[in-house]
Amino acid sequence: MSDLESQYAARMNLTVFEPLKLERSWTLATYRSIGGYEVWERLLKEKPPREQVIDAVKASGLRGRGGAGFPTGLKWSFMPRASPVQKYLVCNSDESEPGTCHDRDILRYNPHSVIEGLAIAGYATNSTVAYNYIRGEFLGEPVPRFEAALAEAYAAGLLGKNVLGSGIDFDLHTFVGAGAYICGEETGLLESLEGKPGKPRFKPPFPANFGVYGAPTTINNTLSFASVPTILRKGPAWFASLGPANSGGTLIYSVSGHVERPRNIELPLGIPFADLLGLCGGVRGGRKLKAVIPGGVSVPVVPGEIMLKTNMDYDSVKAAGSALGTGAAIVMDETTCMVRVLERISRFYMAESCGQCTPCREGTGWMNRMLKRVLAGQARREELTLLLDVANRIEGHTICAFGDASAWPVQSFLKHYRHEFEYMIDHGGRSLASDTLGARAA
Amino acid sequence: MADDQVNIEVDGAPVKARKGEMIIRATDRAGVYVPRFCYHEKLSIAANCRMCLVEVEKAPKPLPACATPVAEGMKVFTKSPRAIGAQRATMEFLLINHPLDCPICDQGGECELQDLAVGFGRDVSRYHEGKRSVPDENLGPLIATDMTRCIHCTRCIRFTEEIAGIQELGMIGRGEHMKVRTYIETTVNHELSGNVIDLCPVGALVSKPYRFSARAWEMNAVPLVSPHDPVGTNLFGHVLRGRLMRVVPRENEAINETWIADRDRFSYEGIYSPDRLTTALLRRGASWAESDWESALGEAAAGLRARAGDLGVLVSPSCTLEELYLAARIARGLGTQNVDHRLRQRDFRDQQADPVFPGLGMALADVEALDSLLVIGANLRREVPILAHRLRKAALRGAQVAMLNPARFPHLFPVRAQLTSAPADLVGDLAAVLAAAAAATGKSVPPQLASAVGEARVTDAHRAATQALLSGERRAVWLGALAARHASFADLRALAAALAQLTGATLGRLAEGGNAAGAYLAGAIPHRLAGARAAARPGLTARDMLQRPLRAYLLLGGLEPSIDALDPESLRMLAKAELVVAVTPFASEEAKRIARVLLPMGTFAETSGTYVNCEGLWQSHPGAAAPVGEARPGWKVLRVLGNLLGLEGFDYQSSEDVLREVREACAGVKPAGYQGSHAVPRAADAIDGAARQPLVDVPMYQTDAVVRRAPSLQKTREGRTAAVTY
Repeated sequence: MSDLESQYAARMNLTVFEPLKLERSWTLATYRSIGGYEVWERLLKEKPPREQVIDAVKASGLRGRGGAGFPTGLKWSFMPRASPVQKYLVCNSDESEPGTCHDRDILRYNPHSVIEGLAIAGYATNSTVAYNYIRGEFLGEPVPRFEAALAEAYAAGLLGKNVLGSGIDFDLHTFVGAGAYICGEETGLLESLEGKPGKPRFKPPFPANFGVYGAPTTINNTLSFASVPTILRKGPAWFASLGPANSGGTLIYSVSGHVERPRNIELPLGIPFADLLGLCGGVRGGRKLKAVIPGGVSVPVVPGEIMLKTNMDYDSVKAAGSALGTGAAIVMDETTCMVRVLERISRFYMAESCGQCTPCREGTGWMNRMLKRVLAGQARREELTLLLDVANRIEGHTICAFGDASAWPVQSFLKHYRHEFEYMIDHGGRSLASDTLGARAA
Repeated sequence: MADDQVNIEVDGAPVKARKGEMIIRATDRAGVYVPRFCYHEKLSIAANCRMCLVEVEKAPKPLPACATPVAEGMKVFTKSPRAIGAQRATMEFLLINHPLDCPICDQGGECELQDLAVGFGRDVSRYHEGKRSVPDENLGPLIATDMTRCIHCTRCIRFTEEIAGIQELGMIGRGEHMKVRTYIETTVNHELSGNVIDLCPVGALVSKPYRFSARAWEMNAVPLVSPHDPVGTNLFGHVLRGRLMRVVPRENEAINETWIADRDRFSYEGIYSPDRLTTALLRRGASWAESDWESALGEAAAGLRARAGDLGVLVSPSCTLEELYLAARIARGLGTQNVDHRLRQRDFRDQQADPVFPGLGMALADVEALDSLLVIGANLRREVPILAHRLRKAALRGAQVAMLNPARFPHLFPVRAQLTSAPADLVGDLAAVLAAAAAATGKSVPPQLASAVGEARVTDAHRAATQALLSGERRAVWLGALAARHASFADLRALAAALAQLTGATLGRLAEGGNAAGAYLAGAIPHRLAGARAAARPGLTARDMLQRPLRAYLLLGGLEPSIDALDPESLRMLAKAELVVAVTPFASEEAKRIARVLLPMGTFAETSGTYVNCEGLWQSHPGAAAPVGEARPGWKVLRVLGNLLGLEGFDYQSSEDVLREVREACAGVKPAGYQGSHAVPRAADAIDGAARQPLVDVPMYQTDAVVRRAPSLQKTREGRTAAVTY
């Protein structure tokens, strides 16, 4: 065990990954052994005021782990709890943000935390039906694991009608998507859940007022729901104290790219990125760190030297010019050609645009085609200004945040690495990274 | 300040807005134009084109005016650098993959994209990549597509889903590959589908019959009224050098809103049918000789005068009020009451009890507010498509609609109770509904209906229909064209009237043709003169005239008896007459078989005239197109005929003179409803053979001579449908 490993050992896997140290962590028995479902049973028995649960989540500082970082407790409080209509909960397991893979491991290794989290949220928001929308690509392992856990929970009487004689109903259904990135956008997900093409809705109205089937709906990320049982078991203050102000608790960091050991690690928010990198064995082959996309490809890229001085919490990453997003750090070493990376990212956005609103439908393809010409050495320098202008014209003009997400990489890559684009244009499509590093880059 | 009002500021000027409405509504009312493509007043909000982005104070990003609700104190800037910047950005994105083929695009000159590109586009494109091209769809004979031009506003999709009521168009694919199309390759068949042509802001969906035939800016728009159904749909005829090139809707919230039926939109093609009568024709033995007006009219007048004692005048219910009035005057001037427009009606037993004119008894717009309705013998989507749309709105709002029809017609709204009965059982079933209503309300039926109601076998289905009618407060009972064609129409009407009376419903009738109400008011019926004055001695009804050969007939309005009177036998009778004078736009086969004199007449678009719709609204239009060849407006032909016949007072200078006379005759006429005391016989005593008489459902595009000759309509699925006989 390295120094870093031992230094962080006590702070690792405190929340959702807690049962990972045990055999068959995904079973009900294992989950029970760490105190699983105690909170849910207590709520069913004592029936505290719903506000009390919401206030506890608020106090924990838990923020939405799907990328936007909206305070979870606050979101729950928007639900018209007293309204007599059917209310729904939706868990967003349509994890498709490139670089992000924590939901997958939660569903594989601790599915009961999601179930209990949803049940607790159901109590807090007075919702009796929940859906877990899981991305289609998870059919292999995560979906069966979750389904098996769901069956266990039903068999144990923890879900269903009149749960444990409490008079409280809570039903949870699994829904498997068909592999569209845009269905991870909350209203696109709701449309998809209703059986329609996944095209995000314009807001307002927000899901809390007009969600699935037009009914009040709370929708959160898998990690957000999965964190709730531990928060209530160990106390909101404990959770909040793990991270810095404004960034309470732990996060499962997905570290990928040019590191020795790509991995998911659950650690408190606010740890230095340098330590996170170290925990993953550092940059592969001992190369120099060039750049990091700290929260999934939808957030701006940050040069390595800035990132090495940045802590992994909402405010620090924001100050570094990016966003914590999903906490998925994509690490790039000095051999990386930033033009190629951006072209790949822009191709992703072109392919995944739902197409309903104009700037994104037309603009994502335009950006990608320009970048392809840059790569082919068929662009002019002025076109970089045009490329940036197209990105600026998409940003803030679309129905959902997808447009912004497609624009930010372009803006940030051009901000930090414009010289690489210019080099390529001037040199007929040759990459600055390979030219300077020569054989090493190959 | 009213509670439901908020004050907002638009570009610095105070504007009052209704609470909860979208910014674009307020700016539209205030006369501030915000550019838009996907937004349409009558459709749901999509907010997908992003053209209407405006700046709102304190909002971090520009917001779509079509989807942002107003709030007290909101400050909206529609022309700030930020708003204009966002709008220009959207315009650039819309244009990069648009083919910019305006010179060969039918929409050129009336294209929303073209118009707005002038204001928000740039002179030179910055887009140097390859443009998208999209394969075209074959949506059928009415709508031509050029899908490369599509800007994905989804207005057409929302129209088919929300207004038409059946989603015929949808979106497949995503991102750049998103396409508007029918999901599986098929035609668009809804009777209102042509409206997507108007809705499409670009040239992606255009009119197939009109395509490549004229430019928007070289035509004159002349108001017209549709003659095809009793709704009185408002139209614009677009005329180029005297020729009607196309028909588009004329917005009238009280009548047709912004929609028109395909029948109204594409029937104009029939005007220029190859069998159009362009000069007067006289029969000379087995052949026809062209004639000048003078000798043809002379021969007609002399022949009619010589046979005035045994003459019948048959007029189409799609003629103008003026034509109908003059035809009736000629009949009566020649001393006969034998004039009728009710060619498809079979049963005239209690015609004395007819209302002043057949109609709904309520405004069309009020149909939307109905709570319950019983429809008897009407294929609504075929007979009155625009009214069916109004009714759909009512039904979606929760109105309980019950149907009593010879078949389950495909309505696109929830029907609470469906009674399907063979023609022979229709009277019995309606009597059973009345019996159920009497039982439910505890009221008694009029004595003359007692025996029919008494023997009715009431089932749950009848009770369900009654229950539907009894729910809610605003109720109506409608008799449709199928009921009027029924051999026991008098019985059906007597029962329907009693049912309406019993349930406090308004009794309405949907007559055939665009001007049946006008025909009643103009006296084109054998038992009443103009202004609803009873004739001293009623003449022969249309049925009677067609079942015996009279010596002479005057036919007006392109009548083809085998379909207009639904009786091929009548052709034989007419052929036996000594003289048939047909004033007609078309030299149809049937006219040529029976007539001796064919006088060419202008169609509805080639004459000024008036139509009275089913709510009793008089709507006049000027002549739009120049009559083809030697044809003349019907009122002019009849005026000269009247003169040649030596009749008094036929010196009209214009159709307005005629109209004034009809108005005077109708002054003070109260729109009284059905006042009958017709006794419905017991089933056993019903008119001999009545039950066995066929009941024909005439297809939508067979209603009148003009429609029957519109080739594009005939190529549609409905156009290829044969008449169904029940």
